[in-house]
Amino acid sequence: MTKKQISSSVNKKMLAYDKLPNWKKYAFISAITLFFLALYISFFGIQAFFQQLVNGIQLGSIYALIALGYTMIYGIIRLINFAHGDLFMFGAYISCFLGNYLMAHNFRYPFIVVLIFSMVVTALLGMAIEKIAYKPLRFKPRLAALITALGVSLFLENFFALSPQNVPFPLNKIVFGPKYILFPALIAEKTYNIGGIAINNIKILIVIITIILMIALQYIVKKTMIGKAMRAVAFNKDACLMMGINIDKVISITFGIGISLAAASGTLYALTYGQLQSPYLGIWPGLKAFIAAVLGGIGNIPGAMLGSYVMGVSETFATSINSNFGYGIAFVILIVVLVFKPAGLLGKFTKEKV
Amino acid sequence: MKIIKNIFNLIKGYYKFILITALIYLLFQIFDGSIPIAPRLLTRYYMQIIMFALINIIMTVSLNLINGFTGQFSIGHAGFMCIGAYTSAYFTTILFKAANMAYFPQLALFIFSLIMGGLVAAFAGYLIGLPTLKLRGDYLAIVTLAFGEVIRSIVRSSDEIAAFLNQIGLVKFSETIAKISGPRGLSTIPNLSKFWLVYLITILSVIIMRNFIYSTHGRACLSIRENDVAAETMGIDTTRYKIIAFSLSAFFAGVGGGLFAHVLRFIHPNNFSFIKSIDYLIFLYAGGMGSITGSILAATGLTILPEFLRMINFQQWRMVIYPLLLIILMLRKPSGIFGNREFSFLIPKRKEVN
Amino acid sequence: MVLLELKDMCCYFGGLKAVEKFNTKIKKGELVGLIGPNGAGKTTVFNVITGIYPPTSGEIFFQEENIGGLPSHKITQKGIVRTFQNIRIFPTLTVLENIIIAYHFRTHYSILSGILRDDNYHQEEEEMSKKAMELLHLFDLHTYHMNPAGSLPYGEQRKLEIARALATEPNIILLDEPAAGMNPYETIKLMELIKRIKEKFGLTIFLIEHHMQFVMGICERIMVMDFGMQIAEGTPQEIQKNPKVIRAYLGE
Ligand SMILES: Nc1ncnc2c1ncn2[C@@H]1O[C@H](COP(=O)(O)OP(=O)(O)O)[C@@H](O)[C@H]1O
Ligand SMILES: [Mg+2]
Repeated sequence: MTKKQISSSVNKKMLAYDKLPNWKKYAFISAITLFFLALYISFFGIQAFFQQLVNGIQLGSIYALIALGYTMIYGIIRLINFAHGDLFMFGAYISCFLGNYLMAHNFRYPFIVVLIFSMVVTALLGMAIEKIAYKPLRFKPRLAALITALGVSLFLENFFALSPQNVPFPLNKIVFGPKYILFPALIAEKTYNIGGIAINNIKILIVIITIILMIALQYIVKKTMIGKAMRAVAFNKDACLMMGINIDKVISITFGIGISLAAASGTLYALTYGQLQSPYLGIWPGLKAFIAAVLGGIGNIPGAMLGSYVMGVSETFATSINSNFGYGIAFVILIVVLVFKPAGLLGKFTKEKV
Repeated sequence: MKIIKNIFNLIKGYYKFILITALIYLLFQIFDGSIPIAPRLLTRYYMQIIMFALINIIMTVSLNLINGFTGQFSIGHAGFMCIGAYTSAYFTTILFKAANMAYFPQLALFIFSLIMGGLVAAFAGYLIGLPTLKLRGDYLAIVTLAFGEVIRSIVRSSDEIAAFLNQIGLVKFSETIAKISGPRGLSTIPNLSKFWLVYLITILSVIIMRNFIYSTHGRACLSIRENDVAAETMGIDTTRYKIIAFSLSAFFAGVGGGLFAHVLRFIHPNNFSFIKSIDYLIFLYAGGMGSITGSILAATGLTILPEFLRMINFQQWRMVIYPLLLIILMLRKPSGIFGNREFSFLIPKRKEVN
Repeated sequence: MVLLELKDMCCYFGGLKAVEKFNTKIKKGELVGLIGPNGAGKTTVFNVITGIYPPTSGEIFFQEENIGGLPSHKITQKGIVRTFQNIRIFPTLTVLENIIIAYHFRTHYSILSGILRDDNYHQEEEEMSKKAMELLHLFDLHTYHMNPAGSLPYGEQRKLEIARALATEPNIILLDEPAAGMNPYETIKLMELIKRIKEKFGLTIFLIEHHMQFVMGICERIMVMDFGMQIAEGTPQEIQKNPKVIRAYLGE
């Protein structure tokens, strides 16, 4: 095939897929997924399958919370907030410190307090970052803001990885140090064995909390005044200015919400693994979650959730076969999807108005 | 004869350029002790850093070709570098034992391996560019990122691939692949990247890319950056030129990777992660998109700066200061240090017309 | 001789019928106008002719060849070129480079020649510069030739866009609101310029314009659109008297 034939056939496939009604798209995606899952079952057995599915949903939930923030922020200011993964890390560390403190003082319900506290503090940090680093660049070339986001990301990682003994007084109380630390057991782990599948209460809790937060988010975006304002700002900033909507405030709140979700995800992540490796731990979950957001169609909230679960589940399945495969699968899926569906699974491909 | 005339033409336009580069070369020769008229300031270690700076110049200028001059947004440049590094090391280390060769065959083999590295990378760029260059802005970015990571995980799975090949009967091939030893890194790469060679290849690469930009083909790329719809209506096949720019850029990234492998003499897939791609993005944007001068100076400066901070015992802080400087730079000068200006000796002469 | 013929050309965006069954024939050397209220679908007609959007249905013949659905650059290379309602020059390139880019598809030297800067390169580059400067002289833009195009005053940018379009050496040129944003003096100058280039290059011109004086002043034939439909066609005098047109403009 010549180049032209390939690109035009690719084009035709894109169009063919685009024209399908939504339910057919879901059916198409599900069919492919089912095929691979059936393949997996035939090789590894049904029990391994369900075990991986449970693990995958757990991982997907962690990705989903990060991806939602990514997608919201992208939707509203078209910025890939590379620092998102690092705020996820920050949230995890904050809960670790507070958790240790509360556990030492025999506090009754440490987990929920820790979760909320970490969400609030991280959101405040995120909003401050937005004010200082992103806001001045709002009407500058978009790439400048992107590079700034990269800078913020590098800064957060490397700053918090400084060792306290090498840092002068006030700062040594803030930095986390480069070594791994244990995360307190805020919830006593109980494992249930259901038909040979190990499910523990933490996994269940993670999924429940994720669902609650997603519902809350949907409610905020769809039903409240601020949610409407968010959608309006995402749609057309100039019109919002004329309508007297306070854009700065709306963007700031969007950051706050998006980043608090990342912090929640960080806390849940830390709870799952029981330790924090280093302040660099946010890089890869952040990247994977971003890819999940793109996979689903960036700027699209249900898309971010779908993408995250697709990614989480496929990653756990692939990892159980081979760890390198597990690492690469996310990217392979992404490339394949974008080649055939340039705007992601649920995104709409809009042609530029000329 | 024609070739000689062309080479003569090539030199004719560049006397200033050649003078400056020769002078810089002479200075290096003096200070690294090769011409013993001054104290030896540059130890082997520093010369190695300078060679990395040169390689980073190739990498940054080639990234500029896509991001700065063609206005596309690629963030997986390290993937092409990885391909180049492994391809050239494959020729010099695995297929032939360059270490046991005489000087000239060794040099010839090395140059051949670099070109092969470039070509394989360019071909990969072509393959990935074909379906994805139709994607808009951030989607393209994320595909390039994913591509880089896929390459890395393929290299990391070299053992599994070798085992698989062995199983299906390709024993010979399997043995060679096994020698890549992906997860452990490829060592014993011969020390072929001599300073003069790296220096010469850097200059040649920069000149070739610059001449491309200042030709009608380069202008076609510029017009895509400026306004792709208008470029199309001026009769420019924008997809074709995007692919050309992408492949050319990948070629030089591959060459840079080959040089890199033979300076470091040990390569591991982790050398070419997303984080490395981000480094090049930072060099590029700090210097200024669309400015070769900016790329050269920023690549040099930002390679040396962390080392300098290390030297003055800022070891701990260097990775904190570096992103902070970047953020400040972006806030103060969003178009980078040089914007899209050039040193005059980098702009080729053209006949003045009225 | 019929140069451009549109047969039942349609363009829909989802449910929106931006252009519905557009029919016309444009003969060589004609100067035809297209008018209609905002959002009538005029720009979309141009977008479909020049391949920016594929036609939803219908056919487009240029010199008896069906060009419907060809990519934009192919259409330009065949001899149809356009300007844009919202100016689309190459803002950070110089005025001269803006013009030279239009010669790109007529150059022959290879990428390798460009990298080696051999004789072919120098010869063609020089020729292009020379031709471009001549064109700039014609448009009175030569004094700016080394300035970035984005730094030009608005009216000059419009002129530059027309000059750039001409540089592709087209048979027909589509001008989308060339006088938009110009003051009356500039508008008159532009009318003269358009007439002059039409004579000089033997061009066929198809233009969209809101400015009634402008359209009535230079067009030989006018088409009127409303809500994607073609509602009238005729000489300026006929159009001015057409009750449908009056209704479209003034409302019921
Ligand atoms: N790319 C597009 N996507 C969706 N709708 C479009 C697009 N381009 C134009 N339209 C719609 O088509 C209609 C006609 O637009 P246009 O041709 O620009 O009108 P005119 O040039 O006559 O003012 C408008 O309602 C416009 O919103
Ligand atoms: Mg219009």
